[in-house]
Amino acid sequence: MQQVLYIFRKEFKDYFISPIAYFVISIFLLITGWFFFMSFFIYDQAVLRNFFQLLPLIFSFVIPAVTMRLFSEEMNVGSYETLLTLPVTTREIIIGKFLAGTAFIAAMLIPTLSYPVFISFMGDLDWGPVFGGYIGAICLGGAFCAVGLFASSLTRNQIIAFILGMIICFFLTAVDKMLFFFPREIVSLISYLGAGTHFENIAKGIVDTRDLIYFLSVVFVALFATGLVMEEKK
Amino acid sequence: MIHIEKLTKYYDDLCAVDHIDLTVNRGEILGLLGPNGAGKTSTLRMLTGYFLPTSGTIRVKDFSIHQHPKQIKSIMGYLPESAPLYHGMLVYDYLSYVADIRGLGKAKKEERLRKLVTLCGLGHIMHRTIHELSKGLKQRVGLAHAMMSDPEILVLDEPTSGLDPNQIVEIRDIIREIGKEKTVILSTHILPEAEATCDRVVIINKGRIVADGPTETLKHSMDAGGHLFLSLKNAPQGEAIRLLSEIDGVRSVQTVEGANSENLTALKMGCRGGMDLRETIYNAIKQTDWALMEFRQETKSLESIFQELTKEN
Repeated sequence: MQQVLYIFRKEFKDYFISPIAYFVISIFLLITGWFFFMSFFIYDQAVLRNFFQLLPLIFSFVIPAVTMRLFSEEMNVGSYETLLTLPVTTREIIIGKFLAGTAFIAAMLIPTLSYPVFISFMGDLDWGPVFGGYIGAICLGGAFCAVGLFASSLTRNQIIAFILGMIICFFLTAVDKMLFFFPREIVSLISYLGAGTHFENIAKGIVDTRDLIYFLSVVFVALFATGLVMEEKK
Repeated sequence: MIHIEKLTKYYDDLCAVDHIDLTVNRGEILGLLGPNGAGKTSTLRMLTGYFLPTSGTIRVKDFSIHQHPKQIKSIMGYLPESAPLYHGMLVYDYLSYVADIRGLGKAKKEERLRKLVTLCGLGHIMHRTIHELSKGLKQRVGLAHAMMSDPEILVLDEPTSGLDPNQIVEIRDIIREIGKEKTVILSTHILPEAEATCDRVVIINKGRIVADGPTETLKHSMDAGGHLFLSLKNAPQGEAIRLLSEIDGVRSVQTVEGANSENLTALKMGCRGGMDLRETIYNAIKQTDWALMEFRQETKSLESIFQELTKEN
């Protein structure tokens, strides 16, 4: 457990050593801010729904960029060899890196807290959905981080890791909006697979265990698969 | 200390390590020699738990690599080839991170860091990022990384490759210093290095052990049929060859190309296995009025042993 903490701390710090972190955070804030406030004044309502609706799509591009380096870079530089021959297990490495990625997403969301604060001055803001939205965003961020980490474990090329992660995240985001492509029998299964609906449920302010279980399962499956990939490399 | 049995590693179809048996004793400095692609690095990687063997067992003290990888890793320090460290980190941050993961604790960490900084000469680079460092300095940081927890076993993969001669001497001194109390395994394809640092040498080729023994014994055991060199002044060449060939035990006498001048004859003599003919030869020459300018026995260097053992067929 101690080891997970050390790895987490190192990986989290690493984000802020390089300029990439600030770059990604700026891009994220620019895009969300732009799209959100573009329509905000048209609707003339004190709600954050549009902001949260955008998140799954934006996350599926931004998060793979955050996680792409976690394993790819280590394997490319060779530092994975020094890391793995320290007294740590693959599992501790994976969990530490996953938590660091998720914590970075949380850090990335902190500046957006200014939106609800700003809006609450302009109208009567219902804080329930806002809380729900942020809880949902962390869940979604965690799930996508796990997926991104999995993509990163597959290749030593960061660009490929990014594209792979993006494809999987985009699939999870968009699949429940393309249900008409699938045969009737599996539609309910496919719609369960989509991250969008689960996120929207939570973002409405309804924190349902079914949705939480969905995100936890995505995290678990992705991390487990990462574990298998890394063990296979031995 | 370390027992390796029937260790085998396949990468898909390629057999990198082929049924290696090896025992390393406490306090030994063992040199693992072999040409490129002989399986040195693969063996070390399995020993340090980076790879799992395809088959075979590795036991370190009472731990097995399959059941207790973490315990083995905690008593072993490893420096991979060309020291792949986190290049974005400061040297201090990196070493302190390694100390944390190795579970040193705060007080001990400070003390250990101080000691390693002096031993490896890192004082002036602690605040620099690793990617700024030259290869030699990086190697020293890697060495400090490997020695962080004062491990009982130190495994170094080509610790001196790519360093300049001064740095090589420095690193060798450090290794010998550590080797006084610790078990050290180092791989190299630089032979003088193994000769200079190691107590024992294991030569591997194509994944198999082809020679194993103390450095001295290995050199002597291969001495059978060694050569003598001598050069004589005022000796007619033909006459000298005739005289020396008549000595019992001499297998061949040849002139050394390029070393003969007007009144100097340089000869290379092959002797039958195990015979020391130096005295007989000296006595034979004493009878003549030739002057003995040079007389030496060539012990085979590790280099020629190595070439003999690892050349194709």
